[in-house]
Amino acid sequence: MDPNIDAMSQDADMMEEEPEYASSSQGSSSQTSTLTWINWFISLPGHDYYCEVDEDYIEDDFNLTGLQSQVPFWKEALEMVLDVEPEEDTLTIPDVSIIESSAELLYGLVHQRFILTKAGLQAMADRFEQSAFGICPRVYCQGQPVIPCGRVDTPGIDTVKLFCPNCQDIYGPMSTKYSGVDGAFFGTTFPTLFFQTYPAFLSMPFKGFPPPLPSPTSTSATSAQTPSSSASTPSKADANTNPSPIGPPEPQTNPDPYGGQKLPSSGQYVPRIYGFKVSERARSGPRMAWLRNRPDEYDDLAKVDWRGRWLGSRAQAEEGRGGSVVIEKTGESGALFEEDEVLVKSDNEEEEEEEQ
Amino acid sequence: MNEYSTGSDSEYANSWITWFLSTKGNEYFVEIDEDYILDRFNLTGLNGEVVQEYARALDLITDQLEDEDDMDEDLRETIDNSARYLYGLIHARYIITTRGLAKMLDKYRSADFGTCPRVYCYSQPVLPVGLADAPYQKAVKLYCPRCEDLYSPKGSRHGNIDGAYFGTTFPHMLFMVYPHMVPSKGPPVPGPGGPGGPVGHVGGASGLPGYLGHGPTGIGSISTAAAAIKAEVYDPKLFGFRVNESAKLKRWREAMRDE
Repeated sequence: MDPNIDAMSQDADMMEEEPEYASSSQGSSSQTSTLTWINWFISLPGHDYYCEVDEDYIEDDFNLTGLQSQVPFWKEALEMVLDVEPEEDTLTIPDVSIIESSAELLYGLVHQRFILTKAGLQAMADRFEQSAFGICPRVYCQGQPVIPCGRVDTPGIDTVKLFCPNCQDIYGPMSTKYSGVDGAFFGTTFPTLFFQTYPAFLSMPFKGFPPPLPSPTSTSATSAQTPSSSASTPSKADANTNPSPIGPPEPQTNPDPYGGQKLPSSGQYVPRIYGFKVSERARSGPRMAWLRNRPDEYDDLAKVDWRGRWLGSRAQAEEGRGGSVVIEKTGESGALFEEDEVLVKSDNEEEEEEEQ
Repeated sequence: MNEYSTGSDSEYANSWITWFLSTKGNEYFVEIDEDYILDRFNLTGLNGEVVQEYARALDLITDQLEDEDDMDEDLRETIDNSARYLYGLIHARYIITTRGLAKMLDKYRSADFGTCPRVYCYSQPVLPVGLADAPYQKAVKLYCPRCEDLYSPKGSRHGNIDGAYFGTTFPHMLFMVYPHMVPSKGPPVPGPGGPGGPVGHVGGASGLPGYLGHGPTGIGSISTAAAAIKAEVYDPKLFGFRVNESAKLKRWREAMRDE
C-alpha cells in the first residue's frame, strides 16, 4: 500500500514537467501542417517564456537589419520560420537540423527586437500580469511576478535570467528546463524598457510608508506577516489593538512619473540567534543589509552624489574614508568603536598595499 | 503523508530514524543521535501537551514501540504523525548543538539544501531556516550566506516542511561557530577546489595563505563596507544606459553599504 503511494507521489512529481513535453513534441510531428512553425516553436518544453512574434514583423526587412550576417543559412531559416515553401530544390543544405538551429537563432534574435516594440511589450505585459514567467524566489518579495531577461545581447553566452521588479535583482529560473534558453533572445534592455513603459508594475525606490510601519500588508495575509514578525513586535502589538493600522498613514506616491509606482514589499530579513540580532561587528555578522534596503522617502535618494556618497551634513560624518572622519565618528561612539575603526582602516590599507 | 507502515520487510530492518531520513522530502533533516533523544533533559518542555501520544511517539522514534500490531489504524496514524512532529522539534534543538552543527555543515558543504537562485551568488549553497520557532507558523526557508537573504525552496516537497523543525537560530549559529565558512561576497575565485564548483567556501576552508585577500577567512574584523564592496549587483540598463531612478537607488544602497 505504501510503496504505491510513494510511487504515485513520485509520478505526480514527474507529471509536473512531462505532460508539456509529451504533448508538444507529439503535437509537433502530427500537426505541423496546421500549426505554424512559430506556434510549434514556442510550445516546446522550456520555450514558454517566448512570446509569439507577428509574422508581419518578421516579413519587414527593416526589422531584420544586420541579422543576416549572424545567422547561417539565412534564407532557408527565414523560410522555415515563416512557413514558406522553398522555391527551388534545396541542394545546398546538408542537413535539416542545421536549418532548424539557424531558424531558432533567427527567431531568437528577432524576438529580442520584437519584445521591445509596442506590440511585443504589450504581449509580455499580459503574460507578466498572469505570472507566466514565475515569481521571485525571494521570501520578502512576497510572490512578486518576474520577467525574463538576459545579461548579454550576444547569443551563445548566457542563459535566460529572471528580473524581479521589487528587489531589482536577477535570479536563475527555478526549473532546469529553461537551461537551454538563451538570454540574448530577451536581451539586456528588455526588463528596463518594460518597466519604463509600465511603471505601475515597478516597485517604488522608497518604502512609501512612514518608518514605523515595516510592512504595508502586515494585517492581511499570513504570508505578509513574514517581514514584520521578526522585525517589529511592538508595532504588531499596536496593529492588534487597532484593526486598520494602514488606514491613517496614506501611502506615498512616487513624484517621478517615469519611476516605479507600485508600493514595494520592503521587508528585510534580520538574522537572529535566540531572538537577538546578530551584531554587524560579529565575524559572521550581517554585511549585506544594504542590498535589499531602500530609503523611507523619495527625497532621501537625492542625498547621495554620483559616486554613491552622502551629501551635505551627513557627508561630513561619512565622507570618504579619511582620518578626520573616523575621529569624529569615534568621538560619538566610544572607545570600543574606535578600536574597531582603527582595525578597519588598517585592514583597508593592507588590502590596498596588497593590490599594488 | 502517511507512508509509514510496519508491513514491509525492508522497513523493519532499519531504524525509524533511518527510514524517516530516507523518505522523499526529508532530505533537509540530519540523523539525531539516539543518545541525544534518550537524554530527558534535551526533551524539556516536550510532553503530552505539546505532542499527541508523546510517550508512544517517542518510543516509535527510538524503535521501542511495543504491540504495534494491536493498534487500530487511526491510533497508529496519530502516533506516526506525532513521531514526525516530535522528531522535528527535537531536530531544531539538536542542530544547534556541536554535533548537530557538524552534521549540518557536512550537508551544507555538499549543497544538500540547494543553492541560491540569485545570479550573482554563483550557486552558493544555502541553509534551511525557520521564520518562527513555534510550530505551525511558517514553512522552512533557505538562507543564503552570500547575499544574506531568504528564499523559498524550489519544490512544494520542501516548501511544506515546518520551519520550526530548523529554527530561526540555526544558520547564524553555524556561522558563529564556523566563521571561516562564511563565504566571500564577491565572485568566486577559482580555488583549489577545482573549477566550476559552487565553491566560495572550499578554498577558504583549506585556509591557504595568500587567499585571505579574496576569501572568506579574512572577514574577521572587516567592516560591512570592506566585506561587501566586492559584492556584485545587477545593473539594469536601457540600450546600455542606466535609468535615472534605479541608478539613484543603487547609489543610495552603495552609500548605505559604505556607511
